[in-house]
Amino acid sequence: MELTKIIGLINGRVVSGDIKGKYIEKGFCSDLMSDVLTIDTDTILLITGMANMQTVRTAEMADIHAIILVRNKKATPEMIALASESGIVIVETPFSAYKTCGVLYLEGLKPVY
Amino acid sequence: MVKLRYEIEGGNFDLAGGASSQVKKVLKQLNIDPVLIKKIVVAMYEGEVNIVAHAYKGQIEVQIFPDRVEMKLTDEGPGIPDVEAAMKEGFSTASQRVREMGFGAGMGLPNMKKNTDELRIETEVGKGTTLIMTKYLAYE
Ligand SMILES: Nc1ncnc2c1ncn2[C@@H]1O[C@H](COP(=O)(O)OP(=O)(O)OP(=O)(O)O)[C@@H](O)[C@H]1O
Ligand SMILES: [Mg+2]
Repeated sequence: MELTKIIGLINGRVVSGDIKGKYIEKGFCSDLMSDVLTIDTDTILLITGMANMQTVRTAEMADIHAIILVRNKKATPEMIALASESGIVIVETPFSAYKTCGVLYLEGLKPVY
Repeated sequence: MVKLRYEIEGGNFDLAGGASSQVKKVLKQLNIDPVLIKKIVVAMYEGEVNIVAHAYKGQIEVQIFPDRVEMKLTDEGPGIPDVEAAMKEGFSTASQRVREMGFGAGMGLPNMKKNTDELRIETEVGKGTTLIMTKYLAYE
């Protein structure tokens, strides 16, 4: 699914990165970073309520190019700086994790498992 | 051969991952297969976070050979009383603070084993832990 479409569906606000032309195959939702780090699939969308530096570090290590922060969790300036450096997109949404996943799943974004 | 060395500060979650990030950049410059890079840096990052989460301070030494990458993570910390238990998925003694940072699921060590070819743990209770991981570059 086009990242631009994903952002539209969840009333998202892009706070870091370039969304143009980015395509996402699968979604994964977790607040546990060591859980996220067990995933082998690339080009996944990380949906999380965990907004700290390690969220961005985890994405960097796991080759995840887009993070959705749910329930209006705000990315800190340090997170935005680190994400920009690694070309990672951060999007904030007012939706809960449940609603974000529900909406994207219905629209056809595939799960990892 | 390339040799890299980093000092890791225990308890500082803002800096955790900085060393792994540097290593990732170097591996990329060396044109190593991205699939292998991901496995190497995920394993190293889990180890780096373990030092931050569970120990007082540590060092990470990375040696990049033509056929393999060796990572040696040494820390001064509480050590691991039961390594076999610690290697099990779900085993964690992480503090509340560590859990609030998104860690403490007890998946780090099993994930390091999964992502590398060799994992050796030497540990002494009350002194610290040394973890040696090797990833071969030629296979897979
Ligand atoms: N460097 C270390 N020093 C002391 N104890 C450690 C160290 N590394 C791991 N341990 C012990 O082994 C346990 C399991 O480690 P593991 O990395 O698998 O899980 P975790 O760090 O608790 O959680 P996660 O990695 O999922 O965030 C830890 O909870 C801790 O008790
Ligand atoms: Mg761990």
